[in-house]
Amino acid sequence: MSQTATKPIPVPDDISAPFFDGARQGRLMLQHCTACSKWSFPVRERCPHCFAPKLEWRAASGRGTLYTFTIMHQVMNPGFASSVPYNVAQVDLEEGVRMVSNVIGISNDALKVGMKLEAVFEDVGENVSLPKFRPA
Amino acid sequence: MTNKSRGAIVGLGVTPMGKIYGRRSVDFAAEAIGMALEDAGLTKADVDGLLINANIPNDMDPRTQMVLGLENLSLISVMNAYGSTAGSMMQYACMAIREGLANVVVIVYADAPLSPTRGAGQSYAGPHRFPLGGMTGLRAAYGNFGANPEYAMAARRHMHLYGTTEDHFGMIAVGQRKWAQMSPWAQMRKPMTMEDHHASRWIAEPLRLLDCCLVSNGAVAVVVTSPERARDLKQPPVHVLGYAQCAPGDNLRTDRHPAVETGAKYSGPKAFQMAGITLNDIGTCQLYDCYTYTVLVSLEDYGFCKKGEGGPFIEDGKLAPGGSLPTNTGGGQLSGYYMWAFTPLSEAVVQARGQGGERQAPRNDYVLVSGNGGILNFHSTMILSRHTS
Repeated sequence: MSQTATKPIPVPDDISAPFFDGARQGRLMLQHCTACSKWSFPVRERCPHCFAPKLEWRAASGRGTLYTFTIMHQVMNPGFASSVPYNVAQVDLEEGVRMVSNVIGISNDALKVGMKLEAVFEDVGENVSLPKFRPA
Repeated sequence: MTNKSRGAIVGLGVTPMGKIYGRRSVDFAAEAIGMALEDAGLTKADVDGLLINANIPNDMDPRTQMVLGLENLSLISVMNAYGSTAGSMMQYACMAIREGLANVVVIVYADAPLSPTRGAGQSYAGPHRFPLGGMTGLRAAYGNFGANPEYAMAARRHMHLYGTTEDHFGMIAVGQRKWAQMSPWAQMRKPMTMEDHHASRWIAEPLRLLDCCLVSNGAVAVVVTSPERARDLKQPPVHVLGYAQCAPGDNLRTDRHPAVETGAKYSGPKAFQMAGITLNDIGTCQLYDCYTYTVLVSLEDYGFCKKGEGGPFIEDGKLAPGGSLPTNTGGGQLSGYYMWAFTPLSEAVVQARGQGGERQAPRNDYVLVSGNGGILNFHSTMILSRHTS
């Protein structure tokens, strides 16, 4: 029996459920502090800015710019063997959060630091979707 | 001048490095400690402090003491700030000695991730290291494995902002290979040209294979004691004149730029002030080089040149043999051996003693040692000297 290796799929846990539930519904959910009004990523219990335990989940705009990126050639996981070369990108969101993701819908050669991006959601498993980004 | 020595390095042990199989980290550690004690003219019974650098496989724990047969220690701990740890360990060793908690402290790093059946990248940061639970699982889902893509993104940001080129990274790799050819400890001694660098395969663009450090099985141990005790030991003491750490913090915020501004900006000036010297006094640099890029950005952050000018600064070959700022004179982690900050520390001890043979830097009064851990998250600086001020 031959089987193609699959890419790793995150397993949502209690604290990250709102993020993954949001992605399933096409929304980029991030934590927002009701005490200092700043956003943060990834998930935690206390605001990293003011340290108040007052984080609530909110839908972010999904708009951002490409801060930097790499084109991965090294295969570190068999699930990516047929994907190389693929990009890994840091995206600066309007909310002040820097997120690591992939940029899709554009060739790696056309990626430019500073380009405008928007979130898009890709189903990767029966119950898991991943926020990715495409040129806006 | 007043005596500024915070502590003295009196012993150094560096085991054979690289693809040496069938031995555990702790076995390498024991060998390195044996070599370091012999080097110092001390015995196991003299050791009363042991600081162990954690490693990625987490197989160096406090029970290492029992394997080594060290008895009645008054100081023991495992420490971890990743690739900057050696600097932190040196601080704690010197403080403990000055406080009277211990008199002879061994600090050690050992690792044995390489196996005959896996490549270096897989051995060090293979998929077995990537948990899938919660948002931590996003890293693997996006294919963001290990340090390579993260440092590649940092290097890309620098190239975008300042026009740094692949040639600049290549100069660093080629220069360090030249140094490695003069070091009996180095793993990679085959000559390397700029063409070799540019022809080496991509790992994570803009980083090629020859921009990345090695992976090593082996260990380095350093023996630290008081400047007074150091006087009648075998080796010329190397004094620790200044040290500092800086951990800048969260890098997933758009108002922070650790990719292009490292903690060396803060740990550097503090260490220099403590030592009472300036950049001009430094005869040789031993800078953490998990990638060619970290050498370049560290030089900027220590102030050897302005931010963004690291590329043009090194272009004249000043870091390589015969240059005006001999740097990573044992080949560093790119061509020598990968022992976290024990790589720059070990070479700094050789240089400060004046025992570098054909790779000895002509000026060795003051040696700068720089550690960098995580993804440019943790930084340590040490100033070493054969002088006490």
